[in-house]
Amino acid sequence: MKELSREEVLKIARLARLELEDKEIETLRRELGAILGYVARLGEAGADNLDPTFQTLAKPTPMREDEPDEPLGADGVLANAPRKKDGFFVVPKVIE
Amino acid sequence: MDLYRLGAWQLRELLKKREVSPLEVVKALLQRIKEKDGRINAFLTVDEEGALEQARRSEALIQDVEQYPLAGVPVGIKDVLVTWGLRTTAGSRMLENFVPPYDATAVKRLKEAGAIIIGKLNMDEFAMGSSNENSAFGPVHNPYDLQRVPGGSSGGSAAAVAAGLVPVALGSDTGGSIRQPAAFCGIVGLKPTYGRVSRFGLIAFASSLDQVGPMTRNVRDAALLYRVISGHDPADSTSAQLPPHDVLDVVENSQSLKGLKIAVPWKELEGADEIVKDRFERVVETLRSLGAEVGEVEMPSFRYAVAVYYIIAPSEASSNLARYDGVKYGLRIEGEDLVDTYFKTRGRGFGREVKRRIMLGTYALSAGYYDAYYLKAQRVRTLIKQDFENVFAEHDLVIMPTSPTPAFKIGEKIQDPLTMYLNDIFTIPANLAGVPAISLPCGFSPEGLPVGFQFMGPLFKEDVLFAAAAAYEKARGEYFNRVAEI
Repeated sequence: MKELSREEVLKIARLARLELEDKEIETLRRELGAILGYVARLGEAGADNLDPTFQTLAKPTPMREDEPDEPLGADGVLANAPRKKDGFFVVPKVIE
Repeated sequence: MDLYRLGAWQLRELLKKREVSPLEVVKALLQRIKEKDGRINAFLTVDEEGALEQARRSEALIQDVEQYPLAGVPVGIKDVLVTWGLRTTAGSRMLENFVPPYDATAVKRLKEAGAIIIGKLNMDEFAMGSSNENSAFGPVHNPYDLQRVPGGSSGGSAAAVAAGLVPVALGSDTGGSIRQPAAFCGIVGLKPTYGRVSRFGLIAFASSLDQVGPMTRNVRDAALLYRVISGHDPADSTSAQLPPHDVLDVVENSQSLKGLKIAVPWKELEGADEIVKDRFERVVETLRSLGAEVGEVEMPSFRYAVAVYYIIAPSEASSNLARYDGVKYGLRIEGEDLVDTYFKTRGRGFGREVKRRIMLGTYALSAGYYDAYYLKAQRVRTLIKQDFENVFAEHDLVIMPTSPTPAFKIGEKIQDPLTMYLNDIFTIPANLAGVPAISLPCGFSPEGLPVGFQFMGPLFKEDVLFAAAAAYEKARGEYFNRVAEI
């Protein structure tokens, strides 16, 4: 079990842009602590000198010919936008 | 004749002989869904009109088996694969009304092969879960015992195939999400080699682990779907430069397993239920009787697999799910300003498990913890990969049970995430190493719950998996092609 503080949970939630209800904060504090406590066993695996495996195919990113093809189009891109206007996404005002 | 009992290959044969029409097949399945799915909750969307229309159009294609190997065959799609013009939710409130403007490559290839997309199947939200209880649209019920989970995250796909609502379905597997529900529902589930099937249009969970694969009631149907969906796709930069993989002849001709060397990491199986161990020991006997040499190996890194996975998968997820910002698509809860809109949208749009994993991943990737968690997990992942490489230097396949227990009760584990995560202990290693694995049914518990086991093979050796799977199926045919009586 690793003890996380309420402040740590709130800090992570801010980084992740997640609004949490009060009761969620305590639950997450407890659950994340238990999971991180379990994960601590990775320290016993003896892998510190090994290279990490970020991907299993380990090939360089392939290049392709730069040939134009059919794009999705503005209508397709905007089709699911919660708010849109004149071919743009609409968001709350960012700059006063 | 009960058309809902037939698999894809059998339907194809009847269709070709014109003993049934695609329209009759689709109507029979729509009827079955209407009668039974109220109790299972496998479907999130049934595309009745679309399926009937596709059935009418596929009439003209059914004689051309080469070009249209799935003409007239209805397929269910896990709701994590986007379907052009057909609502795709990923089991989340966040995407409750999302209608994709394109098809996932796997879906497109099914359509091009003549398959009929009958609907979209329930799942744990964003494929995060092992019980299907994390769906925003209610849990799925196991057709063998409605009080129990069908497994997850492809729980809707597994339950639908097991209950005869569809002959075959697609699922996705990040840490066991095809194989574990296949085992819980008594069907076949294949996770191909990472890179074998395009991930284009698969709503991303953990991009270095996710793979799309077939879920079917027999091995040949799995091979049929696998051939259609596999092969290089320029739209996915991690897609292997290989043509579609045809293993139908392998399946057809497989009889004996003489000379095949199969490894069992017995020490890592200690945590399994007695009943699972018993059924697994019978599998070993069957494989030996078919001529395989089954020997013990050590794969000690497997005991770290769950810990590795629950750092890497949430880390990748926390990054992938940053896209749900309430701007481009999906749910939006308006806040005081843009940042507040992000907070509210994400706080209310995501369910508990998804939030938990975003939090875990954000923590593991945050300054000061990256080396201790994320990097360390990726180093231990190398150990797991090496354990596979070492064993495959001397053996053709590895076998293990698919899950340490048969299906558990709805509600039994949902309050304790760590207990739930440990359910994936036997399936996760294959994802971490990228190797292919296929789960097959191997009998029932005394309560009548299906039990499954899996073959795991070297990278891109699906043909060996299928040869072994087909031989096992021929020897133990009574566990295959079953439709749950509900």
